[in-house]
Amino acid sequence: MKFTVNGEERAVEVAPLKRLLDVLREDLGLTGTKEGCGEGECGACSVLVDGELVDSCLVPICQVEGAQVLTVEGIAPSGQLTPLQRAFVERGGAQCGICTPGMVVAAHCFLASGQPSTNEAVREAIAGNLCRCTGYTKIVEAIQEAAGGAGSAGEKAGRGFGCVYVDGDGDGDGNVARSRGT
Amino acid sequence: MKQIELEPGAVGRSPPRKDGADKVTGRARYLDDLTFPGQLWGRTVRSHVAHGRIRGIAWDPRFDWSDVVRVTAADIPGENIVHLIEDDQPMLAHDVVRHREEPIALVACADREKLEEALGHVKVDIEELLPVLDPLQSTHVFKKYRIEQGSIEEAFARAHRIVEGTYRVGHQEQMYIEPQAICALPREDGGVTIYGSMQCPFYVHRAMERLLKLDGSHIAVIQVVTGGGFGGKEDYPSVIAGHAALLARKAGRPVKMVYKREEDVAATTKRHPAVMKYRSAVAADGALLGLEADIVMDGGAYVTLSPVVASRGVLHAAGAYRWPHARIDCRVVMTHTPPNGAFRGFGVPQTMFAVETQMEKIAHELGMDPLELRRKNALQLGDVLPTGQKLTSSVSAREVLDAAAARSDYARKRAAYSRLNDVHKRRGIGLSLALHGAGFTGSGEVKLKARAGVELTERGARVLSISTDIGQGTITAFAQMAADALGIPVDDVEVADPDTSRMPDSGPTVASRTIMVVGGTVTKAAQAMARILQSFAAETWGASTVECVSGVFRAGGRALAPFAAVARRYLAERGPLVCIEQYQHPPGIEWDDKAFRGDAYPCYAWAACAVEVEVDLDTYEVSLLDVLQVADAGKAVHPVLAEGQVEGGTVQALGYALLEEHFWSAKGQLLNTRMQNYLIPTALDVPVVRTVLLENPYPSGPYGAKGLGELPMDGPAPAVAAAVLHAIGRLVPELPLSPDRVMRALENAS
Repeated sequence: MKFTVNGEERAVEVAPLKRLLDVLREDLGLTGTKEGCGEGECGACSVLVDGELVDSCLVPICQVEGAQVLTVEGIAPSGQLTPLQRAFVERGGAQCGICTPGMVVAAHCFLASGQPSTNEAVREAIAGNLCRCTGYTKIVEAIQEAAGGAGSAGEKAGRGFGCVYVDGDGDGDGNVARSRGT
Repeated sequence: MKQIELEPGAVGRSPPRKDGADKVTGRARYLDDLTFPGQLWGRTVRSHVAHGRIRGIAWDPRFDWSDVVRVTAADIPGENIVHLIEDDQPMLAHDVVRHREEPIALVACADREKLEEALGHVKVDIEELLPVLDPLQSTHVFKKYRIEQGSIEEAFARAHRIVEGTYRVGHQEQMYIEPQAICALPREDGGVTIYGSMQCPFYVHRAMERLLKLDGSHIAVIQVVTGGGFGGKEDYPSVIAGHAALLARKAGRPVKMVYKREEDVAATTKRHPAVMKYRSAVAADGALLGLEADIVMDGGAYVTLSPVVASRGVLHAAGAYRWPHARIDCRVVMTHTPPNGAFRGFGVPQTMFAVETQMEKIAHELGMDPLELRRKNALQLGDVLPTGQKLTSSVSAREVLDAAAARSDYARKRAAYSRLNDVHKRRGIGLSLALHGAGFTGSGEVKLKARAGVELTERGARVLSISTDIGQGTITAFAQMAADALGIPVDDVEVADPDTSRMPDSGPTVASRTIMVVGGTVTKAAQAMARILQSFAAETWGASTVECVSGVFRAGGRALAPFAAVARRYLAERGPLVCIEQYQHPPGIEWDDKAFRGDAYPCYAWAACAVEVEVDLDTYEVSLLDVLQVADAGKAVHPVLAEGQVEGGTVQALGYALLEEHFWSAKGQLLNTRMQNYLIPTALDVPVVRTVLLENPYPSGPYGAKGLGELPMDGPAPAVAAAVLHAIGRLVPELPLSPDRVMRALENAS
């Protein structure tokens, strides 16, 4: 069984129906790809096979013979974070982080498609990836920021109100003392 | 307004989270990513009967058990309990089983396929008994509470109107994306080391002491990167750690247990279902006169955390309003279902749904705008809660309500949507108001005496605590707080990994207490360290009034030395420097456990949620058009992380409101145990959550901070119900507001 993982040719001797997820994690030591449900619902195990986003828990290894597989470890092979990964960190797109590898791979795939990064399009692109921590808002913003422009400053009008100080001790100097912006 | 010092520093800014780069590159190692030399895999043999008496365990003699380690209750060296509040839950059942997933035996094997096969060759013979599944039929009461103030009879006698409602909520599954996972390693000293995905390492530590009859010095419990908790990893890790430890000690090898999703959903804790009867006395002008409530919560098979879930629930049952007279009863009862436990909000999302929906009902019956009713009765400084607590600081009920109303364009949309009469689709907008007590309930913090501190390093400092980062950003926020206290950049502060053999016990990572209680203690310890280093620098350089600003010690305008140079010199001349502080409850905050009266929490966080919905009158589906949360947690130590808490909690609550529901068979079997049939929100199910953070400082909190983590979970569900009521003119008094319930509400009305 030969295939390419993150640009490197790999050969494994495993049962043909072994899940791609297990081959990546157990045979190749690529534990960045996670298992959340084992039935293709959560997307934590998302990888790209020949550029297509798949749940690696649903793919038997025999189906990737000769294919190009990209995992989260291959997104930034130099170790330098990509603009997408940086945006995830800075915008708060990762909390517990267990969905993040799959989410980053799905977002990477979306950005590669070159589609305009409207709120709807980004949400559609990550609809197969469940996140229980963030509520998705910051993930969408991170992807839009990485897409460059769309969703950044201009489109953000209407949210990101930032912090407002409140009259705390009731000494009558007004409810909202000042606004700080984000 | 008290000025909280606004010296430029890390607190109040949003530096990149410390674990961020590891998480976005896949480098972060969760439990299942770690391999331990010689490790076996462990699995659990469960009851499969909700209630019964165990007659025996049969191990198929034709199966080759030679390389399978087997454990039953007979192998337990200490007490067969999962130590928590009442110690009533056995680690392995040996006599009676009280729920269908009750663990009875354990197996471990190096070969995972053989392990799965082995499970099919164990038969547990159980004499079935009748299960009690309806909490209203249960006569086994775990705990009862009553809050009483004034004379409720008098309130009803004077009432212009009496409004009654019964509200029901079901189970909610935490559905962290990383299932429960533990590895136990036997030690040469006879002890055990536990690595795992967890919120509360010392809970596990103490449970191991009792189960394994070990001295605490022979146990180390280490939290590894944890893929979500939300309360679901508060107490359950003690169960799976106990199982792994029993197997590991018998095997003499590490044993790793990682639950499959179905097993995790079926066997582990969930939010308590509740039936809540409310009766309110109101005056003609909408003034609330009295509240009578009777709350029944379903605790499941064992006590676990139920007494504290119910107490927090009942303490929030009156909502954020003045009720001069009140009588609120709550009981949490046993049923033959897996124990219910902690889930973000901890009893409050249930009672907040009831009281807020009751407010909608009152407004509806009085013909009054619900926002007006809330504004009129919202708590203010100086008001008294039903427990007798007088609110003396940091009350923002009106402020959050007004901000939510203004930012959601409530008045205009309320009027505009009321005029719509499309036969296929209706729109509505609704608001809710919530409060959430920060820190442990009652005397919890006084009894716990949380300890945390800082240690001097050659570069800066290391924070010492057992508080876990489960995604909410503990390590980043602690580093910010310590950095500002020491006057050094946040990058020069590291945070030690939680390990019970090395860290002080700062208590569990629960109850929205991490920033306020533990962060406050870390801040005090860092301040103490700063003073020590100031005098050291003053002595060394012969200066007076030395302080460290932006990483440089200065005397007057003169720079003396960088922090790192002072730290190195201190370490060389005087040795290690560790400052540990103990949490002190603010003076004047007093709680009487017996009378269940007093100051249940030192302060409260406040939130208002505005939700806009569209209801499809053909399919009865409710879609979310806009969601806004205004939250006051005193101080946003890290605004991006704080917004993340609000947005994430809000979406969990929207799942509770519209999607998340468990179904049970008549024999006590949970029927939907998969992500395919227990639905949590996807990115397409929810809109952008708009967050507004208000900062109304709590004078005794670090930098003014209160608690934030659970607050956003409380209000969205009743806000959705309020919006649906506005859209269709019918109240749906149950969660989730699924199409069948919306349909029933409309059909019952016609």
